[in-house]
Amino acid sequence: MKKSIAAVAVVITMVIAGFAAVVWGLDTRDRKQAMLAPASGGTGSDLIERGAYLARVGNCMICHTARGSSPYAGGRGVDTPFGTVFSSNLTADKNTGIGNWSAGDFWRALHHGRSRDGRLLYPVFPYTSYTQVTRADSDALFAYLSSLPAVEQPNKSHTLRWPYATQAALAAWRALHFKTGGDEPEAARSEQWNRGAYLVRGLGHCTACHTARNALGGSDMAHEFSGGLMPVQDWYAPSLTSPREAGVAAWSPPEITQLLATGWSARGSVSGPMAEVVLHSTQYWSVPDLEATAVFLKALPGAPPEQPTSESVPFAAVRGAPTLTSEKGARLYERHCAQCHGKEAEGVPNAYPALAGNRAVTLPVTANLIQIVLNGGFSPATQGNPRPFGMPPFALVLSDQDMAEVLTYIRTSWNNQASSITELDVNRFREKTAQSGR
Amino acid sequence: MRTRFFIQLLARGALLLGSAQVAAAAAPFEDSMAQRTLACTACHGDQGRAGSDGYYPRIAGKPAGYLYNQLLNFREGRRHYALMTGLLDPLSNAYLKEVAEYFSALNLPYPAPLASKASSTSLQRGETLAMRGDASINVPACTQCHGEALTGVEPNVPGLLGLPRDYLNAQLGSWITGQRRAHAPDCMAQVTRKMTADDVTAVSSWLAGRPLPGNTRPVRALVATASGTNATRCGSAP
Repeated sequence: MKKSIAAVAVVITMVIAGFAAVVWGLDTRDRKQAMLAPASGGTGSDLIERGAYLARVGNCMICHTARGSSPYAGGRGVDTPFGTVFSSNLTADKNTGIGNWSAGDFWRALHHGRSRDGRLLYPVFPYTSYTQVTRADSDALFAYLSSLPAVEQPNKSHTLRWPYATQAALAAWRALHFKTGGDEPEAARSEQWNRGAYLVRGLGHCTACHTARNALGGSDMAHEFSGGLMPVQDWYAPSLTSPREAGVAAWSPPEITQLLATGWSARGSVSGPMAEVVLHSTQYWSVPDLEATAVFLKALPGAPPEQPTSESVPFAAVRGAPTLTSEKGARLYERHCAQCHGKEAEGVPNAYPALAGNRAVTLPVTANLIQIVLNGGFSPATQGNPRPFGMPPFALVLSDQDMAEVLTYIRTSWNNQASSITELDVNRFREKTAQSGR
Repeated sequence: MRTRFFIQLLARGALLLGSAQVAAAAAPFEDSMAQRTLACTACHGDQGRAGSDGYYPRIAGKPAGYLYNQLLNFREGRRHYALMTGLLDPLSNAYLKEVAEYFSALNLPYPAPLASKASSTSLQRGETLAMRGDASINVPACTQCHGEALTGVEPNVPGLLGLPRDYLNAQLGSWITGQRRAHAPDCMAQVTRKMTADDVTAVSSWLAGRPLPGNTRPVRALVATASGTNATRCGSAP
């Protein structure tokens, strides 16, 4: 009896030791190469200016600034299914910011997802994309951040649940989902395509939202850019490959660049989190960079038409029996929507989007549509569209049932062919609005 | 829960009224600020005359600087209402200024105030606080900053008349709890924290029941008081 207990104890100890060794191995395997990349050299105002541009491209400020607080001083909470992660202070403060970091330390964070002290960083910081960024661009970014006024603001502790908070969990996650990048340009592709790929896959970190994540929060790179539901926020970042979602293969390059530069184009407009991206980032991209992005996006492989994008999204499965596309829906449309969107849902150019043939209306995932109608919203006020029109919130005007009726009407009229929306679909979001309200 | 139910009931009542107006007013598209700010007037009432539920205040005719600062406060997290913040998030300072100036310039008649149900003692206390203040608890009169006629002062101080009692109560409560804040020195927080709950109700009731004077516009500047110019410095204008 005693012997067998001892044997079990030995086995358990060995398993734990083995696990620890694996974790340690995973944790340290890329430690050395992190420092190998040569520094780029270059100093002065050119480098800082270039870094400022790159910070816009990466939209660093939006996550690293808490609402109403000093830019880049961190403290904004990003809610995830695993808990809340708070962004860190990127100003040059020596105690609470990155004032003591070297350009090499910064590069390691960007390229390897490791902090200055060697700790693994949470991939809410999208180093899975930033790993593509060149050392030269990393140095420019660092020079820019170092030039910002130092703000003393201690970092907030993350509030992640066990075991996600542990370094062991991160090491295991990285073994599954992270590969250091710095890919060579594809020789068979044009220089423009390669630049677009570098921007979209690298600093632009488009994949963070537009690629579905698995249960562990890893991006499903086998289906890159095929659309993903953003957890917690509950906005759906539509597929950039599917012609039925946000694929732009059929768009002209100027239509694509106009959308990214102004938030509006004749073919569609941006809302929700993408409005934020256009407002703070893409409107500042240079024309050549926008054009390169258009080339890359247009060349993305189209999704096979049979692929039901909605299946990977949990709540889209909650589909009740179709509501009767009722006269009631038509009446509600006439009363609340037609004034701006038109009797035939034709819209008003440069003001109100057409709803007929609008892909945002017919998306298989209905989260965006419901959120827009509940909460309203403006297009981003960009240099190209500085005085946008706004959609009123209907949360206080329409009941769940009425909203389901009118949305079902919109999704099934004027040749729109999409599934119906139920009261239940609307109610999920109503609860959310109420919780974050008043 | 019950409050929410009532808010929804009221909102639905507003909907019935509002929809009749919309149907009658359906007109061809015209590119105007009224058109661009439909998202605002959906809750704040036609031309910003106030929503009918008592929670969405009148914005028409308030000082432009005040409106602009409130828009910034909502966007930057110093005032809290998720719907407002979400709407303002994608907008620029320049555009918010234009929106503020648009609503500020609207000169619209005010409806007659509703008769107050508060006791006469309470209303008297309210009048005292509003017009003369209470030196014993170090609370200045509302008129000291909001103008002798309480119609506000250009460019940043709002008028206090023509607002529903529930809205006034909610705002004073928010200053006390810190839900509503201004840059330091946060005068409203300092003043309201010296008031009792009864004082808050008293002053809200009196203000809500007060008819507007002939000239409803905010005054250009405060009238110099006997002791010199107005000495209170406030951070309400960021």
